[in-house]
Amino acid sequence: MYQITCPHCGPRAQTEFTYERTTDSVVDPAGDAQTAMQALYTRANPMGLDDEIWRHTYGCRAWMVLTRHRVSHEIHAVKAIGPEALP
Amino acid sequence: MSGPTRVPSGEETIEFTFDGTSYHARQGDTLAAALLANGIGLVGRSFKYHRPRGIMTAGIEEPNALVTVGTGGRAEPNTRATDVFVYPGMVAKSQNRWPSLSFDVASIFGLAAPALGAGFYYKTFFGPAKHWLRYEGFIRRAAGLGNAPTEPDPDNFSQSAGFCDVLVVGAGPAGLKAALDAAEAGKRVWLVEQDAVPGGSLLRDPDPAIDPGAMVERIEALGGKVFLRTTASGYWDHNFLTLSQRLVEPGAVPPHGFAQRLWHVRAGRVVLATGLIERPVPFANNDHPGVMLSQAVRSYVRRWGVVPGKRVVIATNNDDAYLTATALVEAGAEVVALLDARASGPAAPAGVTVYHDARPASVSGRKHALRKVTAVIGGSEQSFDADLIAVSGGFVPVSHLHMQAGGKLEWNVEAQAFIPGSNPQVCETVGSALAPPPAPAVAPAGKAKKSFVDFQNDVSLADIDLAWQEGYRSVEHLKRYTTLGMATDQGKTSNMVALSRLAEKQGVTVPEAGLTTFRPPFTPVTMGLLAGAGARNAGAHVRRIPLHALHEAHDPIWQPLGYWFRPRAYPVNGETLQQAALREARTVRTAAGLSDVSTLGKFEVSGPDAAKLLELVCATTVGKLAVGRGRYTFMCREDGFVNDDGTVWRLAENRYLLTSSTGGADRMAHFMSYVRNSLRPELKCSVVNVQEYYGGIALAGPKARGILAALTGAEPPRHMGYAPGMLAGVPVHVLAASYSGERAFEIHVEASHAAAVWQAIEAATRAEGGAPYGLEAMELLRIEKGHVVVGGEVDGRSTPQDLGLGGMLNKAGGFIGAAGLTRPALSDPNRNNLVGLVSLDGPIPEGGMLIQRAGQSPQGHVTAAARRIIEGGAIALALLQGGHHRHGEELIVTSPTRGEKARVRVTSPHFYDPAGERYRD
Amino acid sequence: MKTPYSAFSLLRGALNGQKHWEPAWRDPEPKASYDVIIIGGGGHGLATAYYLAKVHGIRNVAVLEKGWIGGGNVGRNTTLVRSNYRLPQLHNFFEFGLKLWHGLSDDLNYNVMFSPRGAMFLGHNDGDMIKLAERGDAMRCDGIDAELLTPKQIAKIEPLLDLSRTARFPIDGALIQWRAGTARHDAVAWGYARAADALGVDIIQKCEVTGFVKDGNRIIGVETSRGRILAGRTGICVAGHSGHVAGLAGLRLPIESQTLQALVTEGVKPMVQSVVMSQSLHFYISQSDKGGIVMGGDPDNWPSYARRGQPTIKEHAIAQAVTCMPALSRLRMLRTWSGVTDMSFDGSPIIGPSPIDGLYLNAGWCYGGFKATPASGWTYAHTLATGKPHALNAPFSLERFMTGATIDETSVGPFPNHR
Repeated sequence: MYQITCPHCGPRAQTEFTYERTTDSVVDPAGDAQTAMQALYTRANPMGLDDEIWRHTYGCRAWMVLTRHRVSHEIHAVKAIGPEALP
Repeated sequence: MSGPTRVPSGEETIEFTFDGTSYHARQGDTLAAALLANGIGLVGRSFKYHRPRGIMTAGIEEPNALVTVGTGGRAEPNTRATDVFVYPGMVAKSQNRWPSLSFDVASIFGLAAPALGAGFYYKTFFGPAKHWLRYEGFIRRAAGLGNAPTEPDPDNFSQSAGFCDVLVVGAGPAGLKAALDAAEAGKRVWLVEQDAVPGGSLLRDPDPAIDPGAMVERIEALGGKVFLRTTASGYWDHNFLTLSQRLVEPGAVPPHGFAQRLWHVRAGRVVLATGLIERPVPFANNDHPGVMLSQAVRSYVRRWGVVPGKRVVIATNNDDAYLTATALVEAGAEVVALLDARASGPAAPAGVTVYHDARPASVSGRKHALRKVTAVIGGSEQSFDADLIAVSGGFVPVSHLHMQAGGKLEWNVEAQAFIPGSNPQVCETVGSALAPPPAPAVAPAGKAKKSFVDFQNDVSLADIDLAWQEGYRSVEHLKRYTTLGMATDQGKTSNMVALSRLAEKQGVTVPEAGLTTFRPPFTPVTMGLLAGAGARNAGAHVRRIPLHALHEAHDPIWQPLGYWFRPRAYPVNGETLQQAALREARTVRTAAGLSDVSTLGKFEVSGPDAAKLLELVCATTVGKLAVGRGRYTFMCREDGFVNDDGTVWRLAENRYLLTSSTGGADRMAHFMSYVRNSLRPELKCSVVNVQEYYGGIALAGPKARGILAALTGAEPPRHMGYAPGMLAGVPVHVLAASYSGERAFEIHVEASHAAAVWQAIEAATRAEGGAPYGLEAMELLRIEKGHVVVGGEVDGRSTPQDLGLGGMLNKAGGFIGAAGLTRPALSDPNRNNLVGLVSLDGPIPEGGMLIQRAGQSPQGHVTAAARRIIEGGAIALALLQGGHHRHGEELIVTSPTRGEKARVRVTSPHFYDPAGERYRD
Repeated sequence: MKTPYSAFSLLRGALNGQKHWEPAWRDPEPKASYDVIIIGGGGHGLATAYYLAKVHGIRNVAVLEKGWIGGGNVGRNTTLVRSNYRLPQLHNFFEFGLKLWHGLSDDLNYNVMFSPRGAMFLGHNDGDMIKLAERGDAMRCDGIDAELLTPKQIAKIEPLLDLSRTARFPIDGALIQWRAGTARHDAVAWGYARAADALGVDIIQKCEVTGFVKDGNRIIGVETSRGRILAGRTGICVAGHSGHVAGLAGLRLPIESQTLQALVTEGVKPMVQSVVMSQSLHFYISQSDKGGIVMGGDPDNWPSYARRGQPTIKEHAIAQAVTCMPALSRLRMLRTWSGVTDMSFDGSPIIGPSPIDGLYLNAGWCYGGFKATPASGWTYAHTLATGKPHALNAPFSLERFMTGATIDETSVGPFPNHR
């Protein structure tokens, strides 16, 4: 069980978080259909680092991007996203 | 008289039974110590050949002495006799024998052993699978170990979370020191020890300079916590460990109802002081009672005052076993020979004859002890009369947790052992695990066939050789083909012996031969403990609607819906569910009914960009909605299939309420949050999940408008209109939405006031000849009306067009799912479309398949079946291939699993008031 | 010619110390080129090689395995074999396989211990029971066995289930497929390997594919840790790591890798007769021949290639199993393991040509690949032999995600973690 450092709450148990999707699979509803389906249906799925969108669902409910290693489970970076993180 | 003994001291005050006979034990005895003290050497039978087995070790690595402890629902099968402390009244039974331990019929399997080597079952029992099933029945009954209890477990298991700066595993000398050092440095320290007392190896080899009890007191005085009978069983990511703590011994009645506690611990740093496990020595019949590990012998002598043999042979390849010779001599036993495989060794105690270049080749014995040990000394054989052989084949560092944490191992040639190396987590190993005594490799001297390596699973050197011969050469193949290391001891005593043999066969060093993976748990963990409180409710809490108590008073039939429970029907006068539902539905059609809809998903969306957000989420247009108006809507997934449906209402200029289905409410909440916060953070709006903030009451029927007008003192909004109001002195939202097909309202009210509103509406409704209705009546009503339900017609594989909702799609696009909907297969004319079915004969089986003639592959299925509420006659909703264009066709609904059939005509799904005239006032 | 396996030969071995057995498969050096290369020496890859040789007469075949054969998911599953799917594409495919399972031990001359002890889905309310009936009816109409059970009938098969009405999830009935059951997972890999090897297939272990050899838009071979090997056709068959291997060819797949955990308890005398699963809960249990209760639950719901799981996921599945079968409470979890699963984006596999000439895909098995081994091997062999899909695997094309013809049994949509 990982420990994820929520940008708003600090280090918390993984059980409080849910994985949503990788950042490159975000579908832009205003974009064209072909690009949308490519984003939805293909993944790099690397045996290494990927940028993933997670949510502190059973905590502050905020969203963040984890740069996480898919084999070692090491979390290299956590970045807040969402309205709170807007400039 | 020979075999294990203990000099009575009068302290044998604890009475227990083993296989029905009463014995006495001393305080602090393990069952193994107590059995040996009572002269019992034969304790169990092996798994495959049912060979007689005794006690080989004094710890958790014990492969042989497995017993069932406790009775009834508390009985714990496969308990290691070396890992349970005797308590008054303890009931222990031997396992895997019939009719008795000393006469086990299944031991004839041993005679067939030459044909039953590794993997024999892969080579025989051919024929159809059904034949194998029959052979398998015999094999299954012969296999297995103890019996599972059949009564419910009377005890509870608790789970707790913990945090500490330093977690020390093992309260031997190294662990005690590490814990005390950390505590003195001001750290929050946890020290866990699987034994009942601290000390570890000190219990066997006391050191006057170290007082474990005093050290524990000091650690606790500094604020540290010391957990005895607690095993660190799993080491997971980011220094997260699971500890299993025994609050009482197996089978004992826990004083506070809790038998064990599971700890989930996050530690800043982990110190592993897990010590060593001794390696057995392979020789013929090395599994016989009376063959014991050298350190175990020393433990029994020094810690428990039990002398496991009177005439003892010691066989070793290292210096440590010489200490056992000393202990035995001190205890008055005779060490008839010390066989040292090496050319030289340290000085032996006086009177002990040491033989160098000496290896045990075979033993023979009687029921509880040995009779003879035969050794190869130099090049020649020599036999000794002995009742016990204490063996040491070297030592294996306990590196399980280190490996679970992702640590590396280093090969130590002198000790022929893997030693913990670097670790990617904040974890270090200390103590003897880093420094096993030198112990050179020794070639086995006995016959391979009876030289056991994995004792419990009866894997011998010959089995390893056979696996090699047949090409199962990777260490994992070897393990899987022979079942080596897969018994309840998880190979703690066998892995290294086997690996040495494999390396020898391959002509490589042991590390080159490879190593199997170490995975949790370190020692087996009780399932009830892992389940915790969830053992009672599957880990699924019960969600209660705000009006639960009010409904309860009507004694309804409850319907589970996810974790919710909702009234399914309110039977009166002994009505069946169906009778009650039909009565309730008729009441709605003819007068009025009220129903609890509190579990609907509800989201309040506010702000200048609220409409923009809703036009993303909803596949229908929202922006043009006037204040005080609402409309039906549905939401698609990004792949274009319908995800959920509900209604959307414009409460004020920049304030909307979106409702969605009960079943999809949690999914929708997550989705709404994703869209609002992650996908479109720049939008100026807020989304608040108000599902449980409001209680919801549906009021439906031709008299609903009148009832509501009287209760609120205001003209209710027209169909699909919204108005705030006061009812029973409470502010309410009135949404004129209809699911039933009647003029109807949803009244949403702050949950804590819902009871008053319900009671007022119920009284008024009953006064008008109405009644409450449950989910079953709601089903009848909505099926007749042709409304879809999420989880039914909205099955996650339907498009808006499939469901006849295509016309409502937002023509401008831009909503989530619009892109997915452009894919060609989503507009295939042969897709499953929503249709109605009218029965031409009897009831239509729900879930049944639609076919044109018998023997045909189904063309669709019935999603919901009902009867016309007033008119009678069976109807149904169905998804049918190309169904939009098949109205009027005659088909068969068939349900082979229930033996039911009906002839049906395909129709429009809207059976009731298709023009919506009943919505008009 | 290898010594055939038989009871007689075993008895003969009893007299000679079983010295007459040859290695179950050779350990050949890779040749410079093959007609077909299969990447991945798991159950599916070995089965594919066997059927290529046996059914299509293509024997110049290599199976390349980076570690030891059978070390992937065929050696890490819960050994369940069944064809009780709701959707016709799936149940027809798996039923074809189930028929092969029933004769597999004889076909391979290797007892894979396929044991048709029945697999039941429990229903916990009327809604569950309708869904189970729907599934059973769909199967029955397509000629596949399925039977609804009442609680009384369930009690006869599994008396230790909590069949009381006060249970948190009361058991209202079940759908059983009697012809379903369990098999000895490792034996499946070994049996196919031995039989394929006997037909001339080269099984090459410790041979990791590190890249593809391309000629224009055509794959003509692979680079491996043991050198370049050329091939007429190359088939990827590495479920769990499909994303990684396809990535070496520049493909992005509708697949995310997840960890799926399983566990076994200490052995006990027979207590679970069939395979028990649940329509509403997420656990499945069966008892192995050695007496251990084998069980699994939900996957770890995030991408990972690590073969280690998250403990609370397992604890949740255990809580569900103990609730339904309280007698499990005092058993002990002995061993846990994890597999890396290819979670496809509709929950169904992908078997067929890839967008690159000469390269074929067998991937996306989610957590249900073991039972598919014979059918997967059969249809993939057909595809590799003819360049075209077999009728049974035609629906499982890679294009279906772009065209929308997804096969979504659990109807959850494109995100495996929402499943």
